[in-house]
Amino acid sequence: MTVLFGQLFTGISIGAVLLLIALGLALTFGQMNVINMAHGEFIMAGAYTTYVLQQTVTAAGWSLLVALPVAFAVAGTMGVLLEVLLIRRLYARPLDTLLVTWGVSLMLQQLARDVFGSPNVQTRAPALLTGNVSLPGGLTVANNRLFILALALAAVLALTLALRLTPLGRRIRAVVQNRDLAAVSGIPTARVDRTTFFIGSGLAGVAGVALTLLGPIGPTMGTNLIIDAFLVVVVGGIGQLKGSVIVAFALGVLQATGEYLTTLSVAKVIVFVAIVAFLQWRPQGLFTLRTRSLA
Amino acid sequence: MTAAPLVRTDPAAVAGTPPGGRRGRRFDGPARTAVGFALGAALLFAVAPLALSDFRLSLLAKYLCVAMVGVGIGIAWGRGGMLTLGQGVFFGLGGYAMAMHLKLADAGPGELPDFMQLYGQLDELPLWWRPFASPWIALPATVLLPMVVAFGLGSLVFRRRVRGAYFAILSQALAAAMVILLVGQQGTTGGTNGLTDIQGFFGYDLDDPVNQRMVYFIIAASLLALLALARQLFRSRYGELLVAVRDGEERVRFLGYDPAGVKLVGYVIAAGMAGLAGALFVPAVGIISPALIGIVPSIEFVIGVAVGGRATLLGPVLGAVAVAWARTALSERFPGTWTYLQGLLFVLVVAFLPGGLASLWVLARQRRSDPAGARWWRRSRPVEPAENRTEVSAA
Amino acid sequence: MSQFRGRRILAGAMTLIAAAALAGCGSKTSDEKSTAGVSADVSGDTVKVGLLNSLSGTMAISEVTVRDSIMLAVEEINAGGGVLGKKIVPVGEDGGSDWPTFAEKAEKLISQDRVAAVFGCWTSASRKAVKPVFEKNKALLFYPVQYEGLEQSPYIFYTGATTNQQIVPGLDYLKAQGKKSVYLVGSDYVFPRTANKIIKAYAAANGMTVLGEDYAPLGSTEFGTIVNKVRSSKADAVFNTLNGDSNVAFFKEYTSAGLTAASMPVVSVSIAEEEVKGIGTQYLKDQLTAWNYYQTTPGAANQKFVAAYKAKYGADKPTSDPMEAAYVAVHLWKSMVEKAGTFEVEKVRTASGGITYDAPEGLVTVDGPTQHIAKTARIGKVGGDGLITEVWNSGKPITPDPYLKSYPWASGLS
Repeated sequence: MTVLFGQLFTGISIGAVLLLIALGLALTFGQMNVINMAHGEFIMAGAYTTYVLQQTVTAAGWSLLVALPVAFAVAGTMGVLLEVLLIRRLYARPLDTLLVTWGVSLMLQQLARDVFGSPNVQTRAPALLTGNVSLPGGLTVANNRLFILALALAAVLALTLALRLTPLGRRIRAVVQNRDLAAVSGIPTARVDRTTFFIGSGLAGVAGVALTLLGPIGPTMGTNLIIDAFLVVVVGGIGQLKGSVIVAFALGVLQATGEYLTTLSVAKVIVFVAIVAFLQWRPQGLFTLRTRSLA
Repeated sequence: MTAAPLVRTDPAAVAGTPPGGRRGRRFDGPARTAVGFALGAALLFAVAPLALSDFRLSLLAKYLCVAMVGVGIGIAWGRGGMLTLGQGVFFGLGGYAMAMHLKLADAGPGELPDFMQLYGQLDELPLWWRPFASPWIALPATVLLPMVVAFGLGSLVFRRRVRGAYFAILSQALAAAMVILLVGQQGTTGGTNGLTDIQGFFGYDLDDPVNQRMVYFIIAASLLALLALARQLFRSRYGELLVAVRDGEERVRFLGYDPAGVKLVGYVIAAGMAGLAGALFVPAVGIISPALIGIVPSIEFVIGVAVGGRATLLGPVLGAVAVAWARTALSERFPGTWTYLQGLLFVLVVAFLPGGLASLWVLARQRRSDPAGARWWRRSRPVEPAENRTEVSAA
Repeated sequence: MSQFRGRRILAGAMTLIAAAALAGCGSKTSDEKSTAGVSADVSGDTVKVGLLNSLSGTMAISEVTVRDSIMLAVEEINAGGGVLGKKIVPVGEDGGSDWPTFAEKAEKLISQDRVAAVFGCWTSASRKAVKPVFEKNKALLFYPVQYEGLEQSPYIFYTGATTNQQIVPGLDYLKAQGKKSVYLVGSDYVFPRTANKIIKAYAAANGMTVLGEDYAPLGSTEFGTIVNKVRSSKADAVFNTLNGDSNVAFFKEYTSAGLTAASMPVVSVSIAEEEVKGIGTQYLKDQLTAWNYYQTTPGAANQKFVAAYKAKYGADKPTSDPMEAAYVAVHLWKSMVEKAGTFEVEKVRTASGGITYDAPEGLVTVDGPTQHIAKTARIGKVGGDGLITEVWNSGKPITPDPYLKSYPWASGLS
C-alpha cells in the first residue's frame, strides 16, 4: 500500500517535471508551430545560470530563488535571439525549424562544454529542499518534488492568467487562431511572435533551475528531455495548455506504474506505444483548437 | 494541421523540378539521365577506387549507405512531405537482419554467436533468431521487414491523418522506443554493443581489402539502382500524385484519390531503401548497434537530405555524402571544435538555402537567364519559375 | 524511344559492374588469415600515438579528462627524451560518443596516421566496436577503464580493473562489514548486467541475498520508482553500477527519500572524484566507492602525478582512477617498447609480461597472458571536501582474472 501511494506520488512528480519542461514548448510549438530542438539547451542554460549564481550568492536557498527570474530572462533572451536571427525566416516552413534548431542545439552544447568544461557541475540545494515530509503509514514525500510540483502548477496558473487576462495574452491567442486576421486588425504579429518566444524559452530556463534539484547539470542534459516534452505537447493537442497539463500527469502516472510493474526500459516503450495508440483515437491530440482551416 | 497549406508556399519543396519540367532545354530527359548515370558509374566504379586508399574507400562505402537512406527520405519527405525522423528504425531492421545472419554464419551451424555465450547464458538459439540462419530468409528480410513495419505503422497513422509535425515527432519517438527495446534485450540483441566483430560476408573474409572493395562495388551499384528506381518513380503518374498530396492533400482527396494510400506507398518504399542501406552498411563497417538507429542518427539522415536538396533526385545523395564527409573531415582537422562547424553548416544551409545545395545549380542557371537573379544571395529564398509550379499542380 | 536507350545503357553498365565486382573477389573466411598488419611509421625522429576519446556527445563528460591525462603522460615522456630516442607526436581524434565513429577513427589512426599505439575508449560498447579493427590490423589499444571482464584480445592492453580487482573486493568488503542483503541498481548496458550477474553468483555462494535488481536506460534521470523500491526493500546496502549522468539523479533522489550512508550505504563502481564534483558532496557524503586509485592515495608517485596534473590543468581539477589508468598506460607502453627495443607490435606484446611501473596507485605489473595489469583494490569513502579517502585495501596487487577462473562460485558465468 505504501509503495503504491509512493508510486502514485512518483508518477505525479514525473508528470510535474514533464509539465515544466513541456510548458514552454506548448507555447513555442503548440501556439507558434515552431519545433525548437534547442529547447533542451535553454533548459541547460537555466541550470547553468543557477550554477553561476551560486558562485556569487552563496546561500543555497536565496540563490535558487534569485535564479528563477534570472534564468527566465537568460533563456528568454536566448530564445529571442534565436527567433530574430533564424526562426523569423522559417515561419512558412515549420518542419525546417526542427533541422535548423537541431544545428543550434549542437552548437550550444559545445559552447557549454567550452565555457563550463565537459564534466557535470554541481549546485547545492537548500537544506529545506533535500529533506522529506513523512506522512502516516510510512509514506514519505520528497520536498524537492513538492517544490517542483508547486512550481509547475504556479507556472501553468501564471501562464493561463496571462493568456486569458492581459492584452498581450489576447494578442497571442489572436495570432495563434488566425494570423492574417490578427495582422489586419492591427496586431503587430512579428512583435507578438517575439514575445511569445521569449516567454516560451524563459519557461525552459525556469525548468532548468528546477531540474538542478533532481538531475545532472551538464552540456547534454537537455537532449534526454526534449523528446518526452514534445510528446506531451503533441498528445495534449496543439494550441491549448490544458491538454498538455492533463497529458503530462497522465504520462507520468502511466510511466511510474509501468516502471513499478515491469522495468524502466519496458515502461518507456509502453508509454510510446500508448501514445501511438492514443493518436489513433485522437490524431489531433486531446484537445483541438477549432479552426475553419482545411488541412 | 496548418503545416500542409504552409508547405505549399515552400519554395524548397518545389526547387527540385520534376524531371518532366525541364524538357526541351539542351538535352532531352532520358538521354541526359543516361549520361548522368554513366558519369556517376564512372565516378563510383573507376575514379573513386583508383583515387582513394582502402581506408577512404571504406568510408565512402559507409557514406553511400547513408546516401541510400537519403534517396528514400527524398521520396517520403521531399516528394511526399512526410518528414520521417525515424528512418533509423528501418535502417536498423535491415542492418540487424543482415548482421544476425552474418553472426550466425560466423558462428557456424548449431553454434551460438559469441556475445550470446557471454551475456545471454543461453543454451540454444532464441526462436526469433532461427529463421535468419538461412540467407534465403535473411536477405529478403533486410528489405521486407522494414517495409512490413512501415506498412503497419503507416496504414495506422496516415489513415488517421496524422501529419506534419505530429508525424515527425511520432516517428522520432518510434526510433527512441526501438533503441530502448534493443538495449534492454542484451542477451539476444547485444544490447548497447550491438552486433560487432562480423568476420565474413557469405563466405568471403571481410578483413581482406579485396573483399572490402567488392562490398563497396555492391553498395555503389545498389545506390545507382535505387536512383534509377527513384527516377522512374518521380516520372510516373504515382510520383506526380505524391507531389500533389504533399502540396494539397485535401484537394487530392476531393479529386477522388486516397491520399493515405499514396503516402503509404512512398513511406514503405523509403523504409525498404533504408533497410537495404542498413543491410549493406553491416559488411561495409562490420557493426550495427542501437547508436546507429536512434534519434540522433535519424535526424542526421534527414539533415543530409536537407543540405543536398530534398525534392531533387541527386540532392539527397550528394547532401548525405557531403554531410558525412564533412563530419569526418572536420572532426579529423578540428577534433575539439568540429561540432560548431557542423551545427553552423546545418543552420546556414537549411535556413538560408532551403532548396539545399542542389538549388545552387538552379540558381546559377536562373542567374544566367535573369540578370536580376544575380543577387540571389541577398534573397533568403529562391524564386521558383512559374512554369514549374503549373507543371507540378497540373498533375 | 530515347527512354529505352537510356535504360539499355543503364542495364549494360550494371552488368559490367557486377562482372567487375565478382571478378575481384578475395580470400574466403575459410582461408588462412594473412599475418601482415599495418606497421607504425617510425622512419623519422618521432613516433605517433593515437588518442581516441569522446570530446563531444554524452560521454565527453568522462572522457575529456582522460584525454588530458594522456597528454600529461606524453609530455612527461617527451620531456624525458621520448621513447627509444623518438619524441611522441600525439594524434587526437574525437570518438563523438558514437561507437561506429570509434571504429572509423581507430582505422584512420592505424592505417592513415600509422600510429604505434592507441590510447582511449571508455564504454564497453566503444571497445567492442574497435576490437575487430585492432585485431585486423594487428595494432595496439590501451584501454584505461574498469570494465566487465570476460574479454582478452591479443591486441588490447587493459589498464583499468577487471571484475576481480574491483567488484569482487567491493563485495568482500560488504561481507566483512556484515551486510547480508544488497539491492542492485545499474544502467541498462553491458557492464552493469555482467557485473550484477557476478554479484548474484557471489551472493549465492556467500550467504548474501539480492533483494532486487533494477536497470535504468542509459542517460535516464528519473529515479523515483527505483528509489521507492530500494527504500521499501530495506536492504543492508546498495550496489550501484549506474553510469554517468544517471548517478547524479539517483543520488539526489536517494538523499531526498531520506536514505543516507548510515541507513543504507551505497557502493558505487563508476563514481570517481570527477563525478563527486558533478553530484555534490551534499548527496554523497560517506558513501562508498570501489576503485584502485584515489587522489588521496599515499605515495611519492601520486604526489608527483597530482601536482603535475593540477599545474597543467588547474588547481581545482581532481584526478581519478580512469585518468590515472590512462596515464599509467602511456608509461607502461614506453617501458614495453624500451624492453622490446622496437615499436613492432608483436615484439612489444612479447616483452610486456612482467613489466612493472611505480604508478600513482602503487606498484603495477603487466600480466603477460591476459594483458591486464595486477593492481591493488581500494575501497574509499566520500569525504565532505569532495575527495575520496581509502577505508580498506587489498594489501597487495591482485592478479587479474578476467574470466574469474580462480573463483569456484563463478564457474557458471562464462
